[in-house]
Amino acid sequence: MKTVYCRPKCMKEAHFHYCPGCGHGVITRLIAEVVDEMELRDKTICVAPAGCGMLLYNYFDIDTIESAHGRGAAVATGIKRVRPENLVFSYQGDGDLAAIGTAEGFHAANRGELISVIFVNNGVYGMTGGQMAPTTMLEQVTTTSPAGRDSVLQGHPVKICEVYATLDGTSYLERVAVNKPAAIIKTKKAIAKAFRHQQQKTGFSLVEILSPCPTNWKMSPLDSCRWVDDVMTKVFPLGLIKETKKC
Amino acid sequence: MSGNSAVGEAAVLAGCTAYFGYPITPQNELTEHMAKRIVEVPGGVFIQSESEIAAINMVLGASAAGARAMTSSSGPGISLKQEGISYLAADELPAVIVNMMRGGPGMGNISPAQSDYLQATRGGGHGDYRTIVLAPASVQEAADLVYVAFDLADTYRNPVVILGDGMLGQMMEPVTFTTAAPRKEYPKEYVLSGASGRPSRMIRSLLFDTKEEEEHNWKLFRKYQLMEHNEVRYETFLLDDADMAVLAYGIAARIAKGAIKRLRQEGLKVGLIRPITLWPFPMKIIQETAKQLGDFFVFEMSTGQMIEDVKLALEGKGHIHFYGRPGGVIPTPVELSRIIARHCYQSQRSKKR
Amino acid sequence: MKGFIRIDPERCKGCSLCMEYCPGHAISLTNRLNLKGYFVADFEDKKECTGCAVCAVMCPEVAIEVYQIEKTDER
Ligand SMILES: Cc1ncc(C[n+]2csc(CCOP(=O)(O)OP(=O)(O)O)c2C)c(N)n1
Ligand code: SF4
Ligand code: SF4
Repeated sequence: MKTVYCRPKCMKEAHFHYCPGCGHGVITRLIAEVVDEMELRDKTICVAPAGCGMLLYNYFDIDTIESAHGRGAAVATGIKRVRPENLVFSYQGDGDLAAIGTAEGFHAANRGELISVIFVNNGVYGMTGGQMAPTTMLEQVTTTSPAGRDSVLQGHPVKICEVYATLDGTSYLERVAVNKPAAIIKTKKAIAKAFRHQQQKTGFSLVEILSPCPTNWKMSPLDSCRWVDDVMTKVFPLGLIKETKKC
Repeated sequence: MSGNSAVGEAAVLAGCTAYFGYPITPQNELTEHMAKRIVEVPGGVFIQSESEIAAINMVLGASAAGARAMTSSSGPGISLKQEGISYLAADELPAVIVNMMRGGPGMGNISPAQSDYLQATRGGGHGDYRTIVLAPASVQEAADLVYVAFDLADTYRNPVVILGDGMLGQMMEPVTFTTAAPRKEYPKEYVLSGASGRPSRMIRSLLFDTKEEEEHNWKLFRKYQLMEHNEVRYETFLLDDADMAVLAYGIAARIAKGAIKRLRQEGLKVGLIRPITLWPFPMKIIQETAKQLGDFFVFEMSTGQMIEDVKLALEGKGHIHFYGRPGGVIPTPVELSRIIARHCYQSQRSKKR
Repeated sequence: MKGFIRIDPERCKGCSLCMEYCPGHAISLTNRLNLKGYFVADFEDKKECTGCAVCAVMCPEVAIEVYQIEKTDER
């Protein structure tokens, strides 16, 4: 008998607190798989956000620190500069990175900090109950855009990868999704690639992951996965946005 | 050397290897000193951050990674750092934060003031936390207290604030740097370094279980009690035979000393209590002094903030006089001595009656 | 190639993503509740499982372990 798949080694036994069908669960697992496969457990330091990803330290059997809402990239910067030999990544939601932490993320990217950001774009503030995020799509209904997001009053969805691509400090930016098997496999490759970019000191790396939030999208898990393809990817096209050097 | 540069130099000599700052007057010389100096030490890290919020969070990261980390700012920037200071206290991470105060509120001005006493001593951020607050009165003392600050931060794993003002930061005075005694080794079992050959670690303050969160709060509280017990520092000056005790800290205490010297020439028996730690506040010496004399004169470069602690210490005993100048106005010793003298004579008269 | 999977019933939240993407339709939702109160998914042994692990790739709860039965095992 051959084991084809079992729980990653660098994952603790705790059960996830995520809602059924949530993309965070897949992303958390993929990170653990990559850390295992690249044999990075002993070197990795994770910065957890405020948001649905905040309990990562209960799941990863790797050194992890919480950060204040939006400050992950600054905390990761402090750690990485003191411990350049470690692999440091911060895990951030779209409210975290694209709203309250805009400055910290942007400038860490611009300085070319040798950190990786796992950016979970689910188009809403998940943890606080589904309010509008900077990444909410036009006409998308949320608890704070009950009539649908209106560009005149509420602006447009922020495309972090495209914005960061203009910064010379960034070396690897890719947008992926976790809504179907092939996409999930690509996401895993992208996370591994971001870590390799960090190891090879090419610059700031970020993987933007379109991630279902069935609870706040008020859809079934399966419909949420379809919605990523049908609606989200039209606004947030998948694919490699920038890579300065093959890694 | 300027107070700002002296604080920077002392920090480097005390083993600070990570400094993060954002420009704001009147503390820029400190950031500039660090830009040149800290990169000379092995592993030295300097970042001019995008904001004070980023700076304090970089401090948090660097501290979690095991470095002696520091940031500095002035009023408006310190307001932005409060969130991070709260997290440092909650996560039990050591750090040193320097505030060279200026006139406020709002943008205020860049003149020296003591406008942030309450913010510093009451833990201006959210949550039930405390920070040790050290208030130097000279460039030499500022440098000396930097070593103390880092040691206290490591001892208690808590942020420590050095509360100066624009005058202390920018004035030039001779300073000698005590070649720091071989530094104590502090246990570093909390440091994140990658879980190599040991179980993984987590640094967090989020505890959804209210009982656990309460226990975390009590644990921190017990630490604060220890600080209150062990770390009170103050200086007295001509207090033994005094009829009136002036209470002032930092630069205001220096002005007060000058004023007291003049008053003594006039035959007025005035002494000084100068709190060096503003938190924990030197309650006991004030209470003991209250047994000997009844008049306390609080002088601050604000509309009156430390006076609240003096009132708490006196528990209704004695008579409290107050003189304050907010907004960056610095009274001269002569000016202050006249005011103290007036209060002295008034209280002598009322006693006779 | 034949395979089988194990679903940890206490981790499963019944999101049904594994079922949807299983090419052999070898997983179905049961009417058994777990301690968290979710109806959990279970593997149907009779159906065609190749051990492709697509279910494990989809599972947001890391609840599925996948095995393949090698020829030597079949004796
Ligand atoms: C300073 C501050 N403001 C607000 C909050 C409340 N808060 C917690 S998580 C969150 C938003 C999370 O949304 P996002 O970053 O998109 O992550 P998600 O939960 O969707 O994964 C907010 C606003 C906070 N913790 N701190
Ligand atoms: S609220 Fe949304 S993002 Fe948060 S755990 Fe639930 S499904 Fe996931
Ligand atoms: S994908 Fe996982 S959580 Fe969802 S039904 Fe299948 S086993 Fe359960």
